[in-house]
Amino acid sequence: MKARRVRAALKGWGGVGAMAVVLALTAVFALVLPLTQSRGDGSTGIGGQGVASGTQTKAEECTDPQDQSLAPSADETGKTIQDIRDRGYLLVGVDQNSYRWGYRDPNSDSKTIELEGFDIDLAHAIAGEILGDRNAIRFRAIPTNERIPAIEDGRVDMVVRTMTISCDRLKEVAFSSPYFETGQQVLAPKTSDVKGYDATLANKKICTADGSTAWETLDADKKSGKLVASADIKTTVPNQLDCLVRLQLGEVDAVVTDGALAASQAAQDPTVELKGEPFTTEYYGVAMKKDAEDLVRRVNQVLVDYRENGWQQSYDKWLKPTIKKPAGPPPVKYQ
Amino acid sequence: MPAMPPQPGPPVAVPPAAPAAQPGPAVPGGPDPTPPRRTAWAEGVDQLRAAATTEPGRLRIIGAALALLLVAFGSMTAWQMTERSDAADNVLSSSQPLSADAALIYRSLATANTAASSGFLAGGQETTESRQDYEQGISTAADRLVNAAANSEPGSKSAQTITRLNKRLPEYKGLVERARSNNRQGYPLGGAYLRYANAKMQVMLKDAEDLYKMENQRLRSDYAAATPYPWIAIGAGVLAIGGLVWAQRRNYHRTNRVLNHGLVTATAASTVVLLWLVVGHSLARAGLNDSYDHGVRSLNVLNDARIASLKARGNETLTLVSRGAETKKVDGKTVDAYDNDYKTQMKDLSAKLAAAEDLADDSAGESPVKGATANMQVWQDRHKVAREADDSGDYQGALDKVIGSNDKEPTGQCFDNVDKDLDKALKHEQGEFEVAAADGKGAMTGLPLGAAVLAVLGASGAVLGIGRRLSEYR
Repeated sequence: MKARRVRAALKGWGGVGAMAVVLALTAVFALVLPLTQSRGDGSTGIGGQGVASGTQTKAEECTDPQDQSLAPSADETGKTIQDIRDRGYLLVGVDQNSYRWGYRDPNSDSKTIELEGFDIDLAHAIAGEILGDRNAIRFRAIPTNERIPAIEDGRVDMVVRTMTISCDRLKEVAFSSPYFETGQQVLAPKTSDVKGYDATLANKKICTADGSTAWETLDADKKSGKLVASADIKTTVPNQLDCLVRLQLGEVDAVVTDGALAASQAAQDPTVELKGEPFTTEYYGVAMKKDAEDLVRRVNQVLVDYRENGWQQSYDKWLKPTIKKPAGPPPVKYQ
Repeated sequence: MPAMPPQPGPPVAVPPAAPAAQPGPAVPGGPDPTPPRRTAWAEGVDQLRAAATTEPGRLRIIGAALALLLVAFGSMTAWQMTERSDAADNVLSSSQPLSADAALIYRSLATANTAASSGFLAGGQETTESRQDYEQGISTAADRLVNAAANSEPGSKSAQTITRLNKRLPEYKGLVERARSNNRQGYPLGGAYLRYANAKMQVMLKDAEDLYKMENQRLRSDYAAATPYPWIAIGAGVLAIGGLVWAQRRNYHRTNRVLNHGLVTATAASTVVLLWLVVGHSLARAGLNDSYDHGVRSLNVLNDARIASLKARGNETLTLVSRGAETKKVDGKTVDAYDNDYKTQMKDLSAKLAAAEDLADDSAGESPVKGATANMQVWQDRHKVAREADDSGDYQGALDKVIGSNDKEPTGQCFDNVDKDLDKALKHEQGEFEVAAADGKGAMTGLPLGAAVLAVLGASGAVLGIGRRLSEYR
């Protein structure tokens, strides 16, 4: 409802908005170039300039990265989308190791080897709307720390791979509006004395995926003292699932990853469980090239429709059995 | 007849030279009956000096010197040839088999790992065939490791490497078993275990490669110990024969007698030993060099080719497993890392096969190499089709073309054929090596013992011959 209103509002104000952006940018540049210091004051200012200031000040005062995406649009005349259509298929970076998010079922009855899961459903929905064919997709499996380089090198058009929208990442790539809410959680054997993200992690070895927000959080918390100093966070692996391997082999004592992924790990091993409550709030978004504004808006438009039709079915099919709680799409705000 | 009764104490002869040095005994009943005793050496020298003044004394000295030269020649020959023959024996029965074993260990481990990953690549459960390949690889590797451990020097670098490999092999196997059971339950965790197993295997393969290099090094040093000419023995032989000739010539000049049976026998024996030494060793050397040039070099090239084809196959399957996850910059262009490695390995394989064809010295060795080359070309053609399918989005088509059943004409079939051809070529070259090296080693058979016996014979001949002359002085 809200989204539709926004869309309607945008239709009328699209042209005006664009002009405002251009004006605002000019104004900001004019102000910033000669007087760099006065930028802070100038940009928090009034009305039309607000849009531009959002982009300009992200680095300094980024608080809600999930609310930074561009407003949706069904326009398909932009260069990025045209290139994709000329090519005829969408290049999507996914995971093939996340149980029920993006993986291959070894026991699948299907004769062909297809990736499946919640992320994969979304990727198909995007291809379906942009190219008119849900299967006009080429999947690229990428490790966690390769997500951003893969987008920047143009190896993929977008990454749909349980990727958290974070302030740091916004400096390098653009995100769609959020499509899933989660938070980091601790996973440990049921018999472990680890009770959650607290002092019980003292002297424990914690595994995280290389380049994940989990590692960034642990690293920052360890420096700030929020995480006990004796916790050992040196073990990093290419994929969060590799942490479960280390945990089962006794090489680490606990795993920190997004609750949604931790739940799918727990679903593969009945002797481990999630410990304590999520200690962060994070949102997954579809990541795209930073300058692919047309594609970001188009994907946001897909998401508008997907939240109404598709999201719930996919959730119930893939994630409800492991997360064991009902859920719905997260609230959406644009820049 | 005791030829020289007064041998031990020859002061029978005039001792005029000696007394100057002995003022002691000239004063009997002095305060100290034993003035500082003179060393045995000094006494000996004096005795010799005294002996050298008479013909029988000289003859005795000559006889002793000749006997000494002959014994020295015999023992040098026995020593140097034992050394060479032992080294040749090592080449044939220890270092070459160990080097072949090390190559086999590497190959079996790589085969097992490739079989494990392509088994999972099928997406579903692994096939009987891939499981058998895996089991076969593991058991061959384990078997050869036991053998290598038994033949390695305790505490040596290769022994340590073998110990490490022996320790890691069950760990690797355990990871693959876990991968299997998780895969059976339909969990992607199986794939994660497989990746972990693969990472462990890469470390093991590095060790196996080191072992192969170390064993090859040992093989080369055994060759280096077996082939050089035994110059010391040859020198001693020339000296001994020279001495004998000189003694006979001297004899002739003094007595006008042409033949002294003892000395002639000694000369004949020494000449036989020297000829045997030179000819035998030259033959052995030729055989060993031949076994190196036509056996070991071919074997090395073929082993390298087989390893290259295994690596290429591994990279070909990983290209499909990783689905473009890993890239590399080559000449400024971003390419798939595994596909790029595949191409490099294929180039290597083709170069190694060409080299093997050059080295092959008969049609029996050449034909399997030619077969392998032909199969490699088919492999490359099919690979191209598979890549085209993958690049156009037909992942299933690409999979069929790489690991599919034989009616889909997969590259796996070509790889198997290349492997079979290379196996045939390796067996042939191994046979050639063994024949040539055994010939080489055979040429040295009996040389050390024969040389010793003949040298003793020669020495006795020399002593008897001189003794006969001496007896004339009674």
